[in-house]
This record gives sequence, C-alpha cells and structure tokens, in this order.
Amino acid sequence: MSENVKIINFMGWRKLATTVSVSLVLVAVGLLAFKGLNFGLDFTGGTLIEVIYEQPVALPEVRDELKAAGYANAVVVNFGSDTDVLVRLPQGMSPTLGEEVLKVLKAGTAGEIDLRRIEFVGPQVGEELREQGGLAVLLALVVVLIYVAMRFQIKFSLGAVAALGHDVIITLGVFALVGWDFDLTVLAAVLAVIGYSLNDSIVVADRIRENLRKLRKHDATEVINISLTETLDRTLVTSGTTLLVLVALAVVGGEMIHSFALALLVGIGVGTYSSIYIVASLLVTMNISQDDLIVQEKEGAEVDDLP
Amino acid sequence: MLNKYPLWKNLLIVAVLGFGLLYAVPNLYRPDPALQISGESSGVIIDQAQMERLSAALDANGIKHFGEKANESGKSGLIRLYDTEVQLSAQRVVQRALGDGYIVALNLASNTPQWLSNLGAQAMKLGLDLSGGVHFLLEVDTDSAIATRLEHYNSGIKKKLREEGVRGFISLSDDGVIKGKFTSEELRDSALSLIRKEYTELTGQRLDSPAGDSSFYLSALISEAKRKEIEDYAVGQNLTTLRNRVNELGVSEPLVQRQGRNRIVVELPGIQDTAEAKRILGKTANLDFRLEARYDAPVSDREQFEFRNPGPGEPSAWLERDVVITGERVANAQASFDQNGMPQVSITLDSEGGTLMHRMTRHNINRRLGVLFIERKSRTHYQMDADGVEQIVKVPYDEKKIISLATIKDALGVQFRITGLDAPGEAAELSLLLRAGALAAPIDFVEERTVGPSLGAENIAQGFNAVKIGLGMVAVFMVVYYRVFGLIAVAALGFNIVLLTACMSLLGATLTLPGIAGIVLTVGMAVDANVLIFSRIREELKAGLSVQHAIEAGYGRAFVTIMDSNITTLLVAVILYAVGTGPVRGFAVTLSLGIITSMFTAIMGTRAIVNMLYGGRRVTKLAI
Repeated sequence: MSENVKIINFMGWRKLATTVSVSLVLVAVGLLAFKGLNFGLDFTGGTLIEVIYEQPVALPEVRDELKAAGYANAVVVNFGSDTDVLVRLPQGMSPTLGEEVLKVLKAGTAGEIDLRRIEFVGPQVGEELREQGGLAVLLALVVVLIYVAMRFQIKFSLGAVAALGHDVIITLGVFALVGWDFDLTVLAAVLAVIGYSLNDSIVVADRIRENLRKLRKHDATEVINISLTETLDRTLVTSGTTLLVLVALAVVGGEMIHSFALALLVGIGVGTYSSIYIVASLLVTMNISQDDLIVQEKEGAEVDDLP
Repeated sequence: MLNKYPLWKNLLIVAVLGFGLLYAVPNLYRPDPALQISGESSGVIIDQAQMERLSAALDANGIKHFGEKANESGKSGLIRLYDTEVQLSAQRVVQRALGDGYIVALNLASNTPQWLSNLGAQAMKLGLDLSGGVHFLLEVDTDSAIATRLEHYNSGIKKKLREEGVRGFISLSDDGVIKGKFTSEELRDSALSLIRKEYTELTGQRLDSPAGDSSFYLSALISEAKRKEIEDYAVGQNLTTLRNRVNELGVSEPLVQRQGRNRIVVELPGIQDTAEAKRILGKTANLDFRLEARYDAPVSDREQFEFRNPGPGEPSAWLERDVVITGERVANAQASFDQNGMPQVSITLDSEGGTLMHRMTRHNINRRLGVLFIERKSRTHYQMDADGVEQIVKVPYDEKKIISLATIKDALGVQFRITGLDAPGEAAELSLLLRAGALAAPIDFVEERTVGPSLGAENIAQGFNAVKIGLGMVAVFMVVYYRVFGLIAVAALGFNIVLLTACMSLLGATLTLPGIAGIVLTVGMAVDANVLIFSRIREELKAGLSVQHAIEAGYGRAFVTIMDSNITTLLVAVILYAVGTGPVRGFAVTLSLGIITSMFTAIMGTRAIVNMLYGGRRVTKLAI
C-alpha cells in the first residue's frame, strides 16, 4: 500500500448508504407492486404495427379511423418522429389483424404508407417468455451465488448476490416509475446488468480478499477502506468508459435499442455504487475477518498439491 | 528474462491475428442486390441464352444490371443489380418475361473473392431485424394428433374384441385413457392379454372396481415413448410440408426449423406480403377421396380430372362430385410391401374417416376409388390501375390431379391398402403425396414479426454508428488517461473486434440488433481488463517497484481478478443463451464470444506489445 494516497473512509458513510439503499429498494418494490412494469408486446401478447406516413399525421384522426373500423381499443402513438406511427392492439386477436389494420390506415390517407414492422405475439407465447425471463434471472443469481462461494467465501457470495438483487430491483423500479416499455431486449439488458454488476463486485471482493491476507495488522473495516480506495480509480474508469458507450447507443442507436441502452445505463450506474457500498458494507455487517479466509487458503493449498 | 515472450507466444498471437483478419475480411465485401431465377419444377432448364433474353428485357425497362449468369447445372440463374430500390421492379420485369413456371426471388449475391470462400470464409448473415423480412412462429397442435391416434386405437380395440368374441364395453375418456368394462374377471383378463399382445405401444392395466360395483375394469394408456413418437412424427411431417410450401414463395434463403417440442420457426428474408405468405403456409386439406363416376351418371354429378402421372392409355378419368372424405381424415400413409412382395401403400384414417369410408365403400365393391391431389397455385396477371401503374395480380386457383384410382375389393375401414402399384418408387411417391396433402396436425400462428426493409437498413446504420462513436470516445479517453498504454489498449480493442467478427462469421452466427448491442458491451468489458492491469501497474510503480517488476506484477495480479469477473459474466451469458430465445440469444452469443476474444486480446495481445516495447531493456519511466 502506498503511503502518499489518502485512504477514503468509505465505511464511515456506511449507515447512510445502507439507509439510502434500503429505502431505494423498498420504493422500487413498492412501485413494482402497485404501479407495475409496463410490459411490452413480447410479454403481454397482442399486435403491434409501425408505419411511416409521408406527411405528419394527426393521431386523433388515425384513432377515429381505427375506431370507425371497429378497433376501439387500439393505442396509437408517435414513435420517434411525427410521421412514424405505432398502433398497438391488446391480445385476443387473430394473427391476420396486422394486415387488416394496415388496410384501414392506407384507406385513411391520400399519401403513401411505408410499413416498418408488424409484430404479433400470441398470449401463450407472451406468458412463456415472462416465465422464462423470471427463471433466467433467478438461475443467474443462484449460479453466481455458488460460483462466488466456491471461489471466495460464502460471505462474499451473499454480498455479491445482495448487490445484484439491489441493482436489478432498482433498475426495474426505475422502469416502473417512468413507465418505459419492458420487452425482451430490456430483459436481456437486465441480465447484462447482472453480469456487469457482478464484474464490479468481484473486482472489489478480490481486492478485499487479497488485502485481508496481506494486511494482517489492520482491522477489517480499515482493510475494506484501503481496498475500496485502491480500486476506486479502476471502478470509475471502467464504469465511465462503459457509460460513454451506452450513451452513444442510447443517443444514436435508434428507437429499437433505446430502452435496452436506458436499462443498462440505469443498471450500471446503480451497479457502480453497489459494488462499493453493498458488497463492502455487508462484509462489515457479517463481521468478515482474516479468520474467514484461513480455511479457504488451506483448501486451496490442498487442491494445488493434487497431481 | 523478465517481460519477454517466448517466440511461440508471439507467433501464436500473429497467427491468431492473421486468422482473424482472414475470416473477418469477407464482411467488407458488401453483397450486391440480385435476382435469383429457378424453375418451379426440376425439369426447367435455365441457360445463358435465356439470361440474355432477360437482360434485354431489363435493358428495355431501363433497369441497370450486370453479372448475369446461368448456373452450370442449368437449374438456376443470377442477375446482379446496382441498387436495392430497383429490386422489386426488376423482379416484376423478369417474372413477366419468363411467365409462369419460374420462381424469381430477391437475393443478395455474395462478393467474397473465390479464394476466400474456398477457405470457408464468408460474411456474417444478417438477422431479420437488420435485413427486413418475416418471422413466424407456428405451433403444431400435437394434442389433436394424439387424440386422433387414440380414437384409432379405441375403435381398433373394439373391433378386435368383437372379432375374438370378448364381450365388453370399451370407451375413450376425455383425459385420453381407453377404459374397458366387463361382466366377469375372465373376460377382462382375456381382453387385457389381447390388448397387450396386439398393441404393444399401449400399457394395459387392471383397475380396481369401485365399492358396490360388480363389473371388472381395465385401462389402456398410450406409452410416453409412443406419445413422443406421434408428436415427433406430426412436427416432422409439418416441417416437410412447410418446406415445400415455403419454396413456392420464392425466397432465396428461407429458414424452416423446429423449435422446442412442438413449434416451428419460419423466417423469410425479404418477404413483405405476409398475407400471401400466411395463406400459403397455412393451407390445409388438399386431398379428396371420390368414387369413379358411373358411365350413365348425369354430367352435373361428375367431373373430369387428369392424372398427375399419366400412364399409357388413360390420360384422365371421370369422378363423382361427391367427396367421400378429405385429407384431414388421413392420419398416416406408409409405403410397404404385401405378402407377395408387391409394393403397396397402407393408409390409416381417423375413426370418423373410417366410418364414412366404410359406409360409402361397402355398397360399391368393384367400383374404383380415386384420390385427388389438390394444390393451390396462382396465375400472375398484369393490369393497369387507375394511375396507369402496372399492378401484379395473383389469381389463386386449385390444381386438382388424380394420384390414384384403384378398385375397391372389400368394404374399407380405418385402415386399408392401395395395391397394384408397379414399382416401389411409385408407392413411395404416392405415400409422400398422401402425407403432404394432409398436415399431420393443425398448425397455429403464435408469433409473427415483420420488419420492413427501410427499418432494417436504418437499424444497421444506427447500430454501426453507435459502435463507431462509442469506440471513438473510449479510444480518446484511454489515450488521454493512459498515454502509450492507452494506445496499446486501443490497438488490442481493434484486434478484439476483428477477432469477434471473424469468430461470428466462421460460426455462421447471425448478426442481429441485440447482437450489435452485445458487441458494444464487449468493448466496455475489454477495456475493463486493460484498466485493471494498467491501474495495477500504476499502483506497483507508486509502491516503489522497478518498471519491469511493476509490469510483471501488474499483469500477474490483475489476471486472477480478470478471470474471476469474466468467468462469472460468461456463466450469466450461457444462462441467457440456454433460457432465452430470439433476440436474447443473439445478445448472449456475441457477449460470450466477446468475453473470450477480449480476454485473449486484452491480456496476451497487450502484453505482447508491452513486452516488445519495454521488455528486456532498461526503462526508468513508463508512459502510463
């Protein structure tokens, strides 16, 4: 450890950080429970039609046309620009609905309509995707728990998983709060957040483990503060570069990966914070000490001796 | 010596770099928009003379084109165009010049040099979200296939017991169990042994009689293996039928693939008319069984049809207008041989079909029964609309041809045979046609995604733009923050993208929009490894280590961390792949490949450069 670097007393702010995290998670859970996610077509099933008009078109007129044609429950919104129109219909409709709606839209305008996409997802497919998604998140958490417990120690494992849960719940909470569409690509982003936040947590945990073994005279809180200070540079640079890339994706990547980039932006932002505070404070709470790693070391030595 | 790579490591890195470049390069050759011409049936020959006629037709319409070439086999031809915009109008011109009987498909013709293709190098395929096209997910109703088969067992057992004189009451319950009720234990047991002997695919069991019931019961269940076999058969047959139908659509690279237990994915790049596509994919019931008309029947009661494969003498026959059964009632058709080794086709109907067939045939022994094969085709007409623009009108019509006309020798039931066939090949073809005419189980559209070509092109442009800008910003930051080492990291990053592209091209992975997002995320990951190493080297330098030792320690200590964090991320990516479908999978593939390639380039790649620059020399200060 170099002498000229000031050690930041991260753990001094532990109580405040814990309070903030716990209340954020509670608020997010509350939002998810009462407001809920705005599930996209992938999960609800239904039909979606995106078209581009030659001229900007008045949405109320389009709604009226559709209503007159018997689609009273159609949701009509602009998508990106005022010539780009997205029509969404709830589930329980036939697969040929897309073409029928397109016909109605074409009849209602003098100009050309360029079809951008039609998506139809059957209700049972939507339900399956929802189940698969939840399963994937849970499975990822369990596998991570086991791997980290094997490579490190169970206390690190619990810390890392708590940090992941924290990041996922807050990301979902933000989606519930703002009402952004939650579709398959956002689910992929949430899983990527798990991967990324994990990356961060492991780098921090790795350094804490190393320092716990090396700096035997310091107590655990000091060791954690030293480790966090040492890795701070790396944590900020990595998160910074990734956020740069994600901002590029969100701004110029186009409408279809916009929500993907947003989910990652939120998740990685929260993930950076949680890798510093959640993992480390939980380790302090669980009274991590040099003793916790002794057994681990012995086991490692035995394994190494095997031919 | 410290910080010197052995020769083999340097050579390995150079070799991997060379390999990466070689297999990534085909992606730089953009394919030309093209038209692919093939005949609807195998007999049609496409030669160079015809290609010249087509290019004259295109010239006359002012459509620029090049590279017209008939395939050496004479089965297909290719015309390259300069612009995707004219692809549709060129297709119309060519289709018109050729007339019906030809398929003109929109295509992208590869421009990869021959020597590269010979090495197996090819450009990445673009997913539908980038190229435009239709994606369907179809669900095969396997339950109804099993229900049909159970019906068939139920009536078979009834018949068998009647024949053997075992009196009892056999019924099929709603939950798919065949139950038997008998007045004595002997009757029940002989029925059970009969079922066990005749129907090995069923599991027969004695059932306990309810209290106060003097009857004896048994149950017969379809075995799990048989159930799976029926499902596989139904899905497999639907796959074959769908492939044949997709070919009618004139798509250059269609994908028809089983997904999961009972689903089929159909992807049609370039297709815009989903209504037409769905009509062709979803059509059913194209077999008619009809009796041959009597000579004295009034013309209003009979119709004349041609044979599909006209034999000598008889080009056509008169059939009754009344249909005995349709293809929906056909459960199975298999080519086999009779006792005398003559080819035959065994047909199995469902129970309702069997009843109808029996009722119709028992009074018509010695008359002939015809099987009509009905194919939905379309004729293309060209007509001017009000604005004077030529419109293509496709008029669908049913082509009905006789595939079999055989004498009824006995009253027919659920199972019967068509004999008197000349060759095993004829039996095979007939059974194939019978099966093709009847989808084994109904199919439903459960998912559909259509992406217009303009959206596809926009997705590519925006995706690559994001990659370029993101990469540029990261590169600038790294060089400012880590100076020479930053430059080295950026070089490794470039190397990583080349390698990732090469791996994806070589594995035949499809590039999708989430895939591009995966590449972008990989850039972040790859940088992370270098940041870990460099900040470690900085620390070691501050701690007072010499330059050479700081480099050594930096790489050594960071390695464990990088491994741990990347392996866990890889685990998550694998879970994503295993659980996810479609877009999630595309993302998982690029992410996991990216993690692996980035570990190589960010650790070994940068180390090699660092060693070359600083290794084995006296260096007092590092630009880090």
